[in-house]
Amino acid sequence: MIVAPARLRAGPLLVACAGLAGAALLAVLVGPVRLDPGAVLAELAGRLPLVHTTSGLSQQEAAILWELRLPRVVLGGLVGAMLAVAGVAYQGVFRNPLADPYLLGAAAGAGLGATLAIAYGPETSGWPVDLLPLAAFAGAVGGVAAAYALGRSSGTRTATALILSGVAVAAFLTAIQTYVQQRESETLREVYGWILGRLTTAGWREVALMAPYAVVGAVVILLHRRLLDVLAVGDDEASSLGLRAARVRLVVVVAATLATAAAVAVSGLIGFVGIVVPHTVRLLVGTSHRLLAPLSLVAGAAFLILADLAARTVTAPAELPIGVVTAFVGAPFFALVLRTTRRVP
Amino acid sequence: MTGIELHGVSVALDGRPVLRDLDLIVPGGSRVALIGPNGSGKTTLLRTVAGLLPHRGQVRIGDAPPGSLSRRELARRIALVPQTPAVPAGMTVGDYALLGRTPYIPYLATETRRDLEIVARVLDHLDLGAFAGRRLDSLSGGERQRAVLARALAQQAPVLLLDEPTTGLDVGHQQQVLELVDTLRRDLDLTVVSAMHDLTLAGQFADQLVLLDGGRVAAAGPARQVLTERVIARHYAASVRVLEDPGGGIVVVPVRGSGGLKPSPPVDTATGKQVSA
Repeated sequence: MIVAPARLRAGPLLVACAGLAGAALLAVLVGPVRLDPGAVLAELAGRLPLVHTTSGLSQQEAAILWELRLPRVVLGGLVGAMLAVAGVAYQGVFRNPLADPYLLGAAAGAGLGATLAIAYGPETSGWPVDLLPLAAFAGAVGGVAAAYALGRSSGTRTATALILSGVAVAAFLTAIQTYVQQRESETLREVYGWILGRLTTAGWREVALMAPYAVVGAVVILLHRRLLDVLAVGDDEASSLGLRAARVRLVVVVAATLATAAAVAVSGLIGFVGIVVPHTVRLLVGTSHRLLAPLSLVAGAAFLILADLAARTVTAPAELPIGVVTAFVGAPFFALVLRTTRRVP
Repeated sequence: MTGIELHGVSVALDGRPVLRDLDLIVPGGSRVALIGPNGSGKTTLLRTVAGLLPHRGQVRIGDAPPGSLSRRELARRIALVPQTPAVPAGMTVGDYALLGRTPYIPYLATETRRDLEIVARVLDHLDLGAFAGRRLDSLSGGERQRAVLARALAQQAPVLLLDEPTTGLDVGHQQQVLELVDTLRRDLDLTVVSAMHDLTLAGQFADQLVLLDGGRVAAAGPARQVLTERVIARHYAASVRVLEDPGGGIVVVPVRGSGGLKPSPPVDTATGKQVSA
């Protein structure tokens, strides 16, 4: 007899990557100025080493491709991938399918950081990096760190204590944020726009800002995908199997928090991705984190690229907040998958 | 074969003492049943031996000095089957049994061909070969208990600790599971310590019975010595008859009403002293 563990096979990964490539290409082509698919592919191929092609794109079209569309697609893909894989990580370490990347105070912390930056931040036009993403990043990391410290001070190092601490920290930080908003009511609109999430300011600078954290966070989570399956039996049994459960959880939470904070810093609070993408993937390929983590990473990227495409085209020339799109499109899609699949998560 | 020695072991849970200055020697290769009323410390004792609880005193596993084994080393020597194991939804029996190889797989690595072969052998041994691809949550109680045993055996630990291994099983499956454990013990030279509620089964499937009460060893020895009507009445506050089984062994039968023996006064769990009426 042969035991075949749940391992990532080439088939599903190739399908997911093909879907991502298709979504990215579509998002690059569609916009106020339509670009020719053949010309875009030739232009992209021309940047590869040892390939010499002339695309036939005008200088203006090339600028639209390289300076507007492509960084936005890349950033959307990174943000979606991080929110989805962080969702998988949080759901795994907390053994709770409803956990999302914002569970431990990352959202509330980022919200407070962004609000403070918008309300009281100095003029930063001359700075190499905007204050807003830095403040949001610091807020998200600070929120989770506070929740972790509070959870540990309770004496028990259980997942439940941590989640409750997250609730308390989030409520406290949101209270401060609301207070600041009320005092500085002229900033309400800007804060609100940030909270709903957007990729309108996307550029290569944001990609460069986010990429290091994204890479580190994703690599650490992917390396722990087998151990997330061990944690599925609970701390106690995982310990009896030789695993230091609390330490593994800490490492994974730190990685997922970095990934989430980096995503939030450049895009605001885009909801729903961290729940709907892992769940959809789970319904399709089962519950093993060995499949769930890498496939959710790719599917999350594709999902957010398409959501952003919808956000900027549906009501063009106006833009919808992307968080509205992710919920509006994602929820019915999720319901459809739930209805048509027999496997229960 | 690996034995277990406990010397002066005390454990407190949430500040409440559960094991008190407990001494116990389990010779390698023996089969010991831990019996005792609810709350007497059976589960706590098993968890302490498995290294899951902070404790005072010494717990020695085999010839390793007390406290010298890391979490992984401990998991290679001791396999614990909890009373109600977690059943991760959607996990297959094969993947679940593979979790037993965790103490052998380096931190961020994946299993080797050898790990898979060991798991396959264990599943075959437990007649679970055809179940490898089945989801754990689709199994019956008896099948699931065998899957949990498979995970424990995949640890290849010389000591097997079972916490109420027959909970929720009908009488036929109870016997099957215990026979299976006994066969495995002989085949694999295991030391088996089981916490058990059914005193008749405990007497049938163990060489030594250890009766815990109030966190201490109240009685220990062969079944005939420990399972007397007087001892059971005193520590369980139960009326029973202990009958001779013509096939050998003894049978403990609860009887209703005046068993002729008065139950002992309840014991204060905090002080270990009997409460006066």
